[in-house]
Amino acid sequence: MKEAEVRRLLAANLLCVFSIILSAVVPASFWDGFTVFGTHLAWLCICSVCVSTLNIILHLVLKPNLSPKRSSFAHKISRFLKCCIYFFMSCILFHAIIVLYGAPLIESVTETFLFAVLLSTFTTLQCLCMLGPNIQAWIRVFSKNGATSIWESSLQITTMCSILGAWFGAFPIPLDWDRPWQVWPISCSLGATFGYMAGLIIAPLWIHWNRKQLTYKSR
Amino acid sequence: MPYTTQVVEKGTSYSFIAEAKPPTVTMPRIKALMTGSIPGFIDVIVNLNSPALLDDNLIWQAKTAGKRIIFYGDDTWVKLFPKHFVEYDGTTSFFVSDFTEVDDNVTRHLDRVLKREDWDLLILHYLGLDHIGHMTGPNSSLVGPKLREMDNILKKIHISLLSKEEASLPNLLVVCGDHGMSETGSHGGSSDGEVHTPLLFISSAFEKRSPLTQPGFVQQTDLASTLAVGLGLPISRNSVGNLILPVVGGKTMREQLRFVHLNGFQLSRLLQENTPAYEKDPGYEHFKIAEKSHGNWIKLYLEGNNSEILLNLGKKVLKQYLDALKTLSSSLSKQVAQYDVYSMMVGTVIIMEVLLLLLLSLPKALSSQAEFEVSLSPPLFSLLFYLMCLMLCAVHVIVCTSAESSCYFCSMSWLTAVGVMMLISALMCSILSAIAKIFENSRPPLKNPVVSSSSWSEIDVLILAGTIGHVLSLGASSFIEEEHQTWYFLINTLCLVLCQELCRNNFLLKECDPQHSTTVKQNFDSIGEASECKNIDIPAACNSKLGKASSSTEFIKRSDKWISLASPWIILICCRLLRSLNQTGVQWAHLPDFGHWLTSSEQKSELSFLAAVSLLMIFFLVQRRCSLVSKIAMVLGLLGVYSYRAAIGNVIFPWQHDSKDISKGITEARFVYVFVLGIVFTGTKDLLKSQVISADSSVKSTGLWEVYSGLVLLAALLFRPHNLPVLVFCLLIQTMMTKYIWRPLKFDAAQITIMHYWFGQAFFYFQGNSNGIATVDVSAGFVGLESYVEIPAIFLTAFATYAGPLLWAIHLLCYLSSEVSRNSAAVGHGCFCYALMRSIPVAIYIVLVTSLRYHLFIWSVFSPKLLYEGVHVFITAAICLFFTAMDQNHSHKS
Repeated sequence: MKEAEVRRLLAANLLCVFSIILSAVVPASFWDGFTVFGTHLAWLCICSVCVSTLNIILHLVLKPNLSPKRSSFAHKISRFLKCCIYFFMSCILFHAIIVLYGAPLIESVTETFLFAVLLSTFTTLQCLCMLGPNIQAWIRVFSKNGATSIWESSLQITTMCSILGAWFGAFPIPLDWDRPWQVWPISCSLGATFGYMAGLIIAPLWIHWNRKQLTYKSR
Repeated sequence: MPYTTQVVEKGTSYSFIAEAKPPTVTMPRIKALMTGSIPGFIDVIVNLNSPALLDDNLIWQAKTAGKRIIFYGDDTWVKLFPKHFVEYDGTTSFFVSDFTEVDDNVTRHLDRVLKREDWDLLILHYLGLDHIGHMTGPNSSLVGPKLREMDNILKKIHISLLSKEEASLPNLLVVCGDHGMSETGSHGGSSDGEVHTPLLFISSAFEKRSPLTQPGFVQQTDLASTLAVGLGLPISRNSVGNLILPVVGGKTMREQLRFVHLNGFQLSRLLQENTPAYEKDPGYEHFKIAEKSHGNWIKLYLEGNNSEILLNLGKKVLKQYLDALKTLSSSLSKQVAQYDVYSMMVGTVIIMEVLLLLLLSLPKALSSQAEFEVSLSPPLFSLLFYLMCLMLCAVHVIVCTSAESSCYFCSMSWLTAVGVMMLISALMCSILSAIAKIFENSRPPLKNPVVSSSSWSEIDVLILAGTIGHVLSLGASSFIEEEHQTWYFLINTLCLVLCQELCRNNFLLKECDPQHSTTVKQNFDSIGEASECKNIDIPAACNSKLGKASSSTEFIKRSDKWISLASPWIILICCRLLRSLNQTGVQWAHLPDFGHWLTSSEQKSELSFLAAVSLLMIFFLVQRRCSLVSKIAMVLGLLGVYSYRAAIGNVIFPWQHDSKDISKGITEARFVYVFVLGIVFTGTKDLLKSQVISADSSVKSTGLWEVYSGLVLLAALLFRPHNLPVLVFCLLIQTMMTKYIWRPLKFDAAQITIMHYWFGQAFFYFQGNSNGIATVDVSAGFVGLESYVEIPAIFLTAFATYAGPLLWAIHLLCYLSSEVSRNSAAVGHGCFCYALMRSIPVAIYIVLVTSLRYHLFIWSVFSPKLLYEGVHVFITAAICLFFTAMDQNHSHKS
């Protein structure tokens, strides 16, 4: 049971990684002049949209959290709306944090906001898919030893890795190398992306490695 | 400057842009102009106190040639060249706040001197523009009138020289600047604005020519050689400059060739003295070739061959010479930097040994006893110690007898050298014994390292990673230039991690899942204790009227909880505001910031309002733990600060609309000093009382707080008005951190110390400091002083520069000594951690700089940083002494 689930997780995660790589490669074939550095904003949009659609589809197909009861249509709609609001709020929150970290307040608002959207896609959207708009569950998962399934462990790892990636991505900005990828927010968004991809790959491996120690208690 | 522009465009003049080498500070620049050599970086420190110049220089050469020299202006010249001038009047350059008097002092002699005939050289050094730049920046409204004044003076001199000229030889008027001005109006660094200075030669001897489009680039050191050649003097020995050829362009080809030959000969001699393998130097080879063709040319010339060919050949020889000169001087300026590697190694070894010793004693010093002892006696008697001593002495003798260049360490007396050797070997032995001890101890309890490593919280990880990351970042020049970014980044992350910690603390309480019982229980305990801490003022009321007051305390708890949750965000917003107050560093220093906006002359009323509000806030934040007397003193002192700023014209009183005359504000500043001393004295008295009579600890903490508030008042006086919000936010963040984060979350002393250290570093940069010399605010050293007095000026400047780290360190002491009830060794732990936090980066940085000494940016980036680090270490040592004294008090008492 567990082995099979880990394999499913690995497949899903590899699909996500693949979609990110495709989002960087495919648009160049039908859009002249598309590069990740040159048209960074476009890439940010494409990558966010790709990852989010894939996540939602995967969520619908795999259904990692087995919802116990069939809920009404209106309930589903309200849930969906709530999710949208949460997502938007998380974008705003990330934007605020980035500005607090020193991003310019007025200039390059679009860049900062799209970076915030990307970060939200990598972190919040996954949480929303997995846990729903349920703050208590979020706090549970992100406190120590709070995960109750391998999906939640994977969620922890990928979220941490994306945020750490973005954090490390800010390091090269002060260097005076004058490279194209040092322009705000390219290094950070690339850092976040690489962190996310690393997290996606690490998570199943880590779970596989530590499957003896990981004993998930049922809720 | 209409007249000068006219002269440059139409008249008989040559204009250049002279490039100055950093450090762009007055004294090294004067040295460069007069000797043609490149002064070392140490001259920045002695900039304030310049000894006489002993090297061969232009002034000395002129004097020995019997020229009579008159000097008026900056008294650095008088100190550099004592007894060289037949007549002089020095003006002290340290009154940065004075714009007119310094220049009037020079100009008042001018009319008289220009009428006389008894001088050959007149040197005038005007200071006003530099002072305006220091005080108000390059965009100030004062710059225009000052330049017009300078233009008029130039016109006066030029016209009188022209009128004199009819009888005698033509005169030369040289206009140059010792250094430029950065975007902020300061200087010392290596930005374009600071390095590029004008150089203008005006003389009727020059041919009239069509206006040049773009002035050419020359080196500042070239002036010395050019003037020496022009005056017919020998070029000074250490000059690396080359002749600016257009200036002697009016001479015949033969003379021109002779001049460049002289210059080349001097440079090649200098090269011979400095490098053993000078014959292989390309510049030297070029020079030899040029010399040979020069000889051929002379032969042709003497044969009377006076045709076009001769001229062309001459031009070719000239070009060869110029190429040779250029290569010679560039290879000379490259290798002028000589390093005394042996002394550097000795210093580095001592520092690394001390650091290792500190690190090795880390587990012991942070134990509950907080003992830090280095057992010196057993290693002193070991065989190893004597062996090492002998070996090091032998090495010393070998190195010192074989070294051909001068070495500082070798020139010390033998006793000192042996002492240093003994110190090194004693440290080495104690390190070895400490390592041995650790191994002995670590054998038996090998079971618990897993437990200790798993109990690391996010804060610990961040602190460790941040420290290591910061130390590693010191190896890159851009990270040193932008070090403020590192600190801002780290404290932001720290705030976010604290926020997460608070969330966990507050929210997990609600959840009562059985599976989290352990964590929840822990949190419950801490929350309970925390609320106990908060309500410690009213415990009796709480106990007696528990039933009645429960709802209200619940409400208080609830609001407290939300405030404490919001506090990291408020701190983050404060930091973001401060960050945009002063743009510092190099890459983004030109971006507009609030500081510039506030200091521009149109925003005077806004600045006044801000300063008044800030002073008010400072009072409210500081007063709550002061005694009544010091409260009153604080009010008066802060009023004094405002009136001082009003007196020197930075801010205005609301009722005063006409700009009245600007004074130096000495009375007001001294008025504030009296209160600063008063408050500090009261605090010290309390501290002594708590030590001698062993009163309760509240007296001691009040005393400490009073010392702290005295320092805050001093900082308020010394900070420029637009920087007062830094002080306010500093106090605000400290208050919030103490109340809502540190107390409730119960961090241990080491964590608190490191957080204080990080915030202190960040505030160092929030103040507008950077790792370049240019941002040191020299004007702080002259607050309330009639004339330049060395010791107070240095003390005040150092205090104003390091106010951020210093205030945070003193606050740390206040906080830790108030926590003594919880952890008796808190102050000792804090002191140890603070010393360690300072010594790790310094020690690693010294090693890095030693290994990077041939880096391209060693003088412009790494050396100023080393200077900053050195001064910071001294200040930290003083702080640690204060800490230890306080700790001693405590241990005495108990």
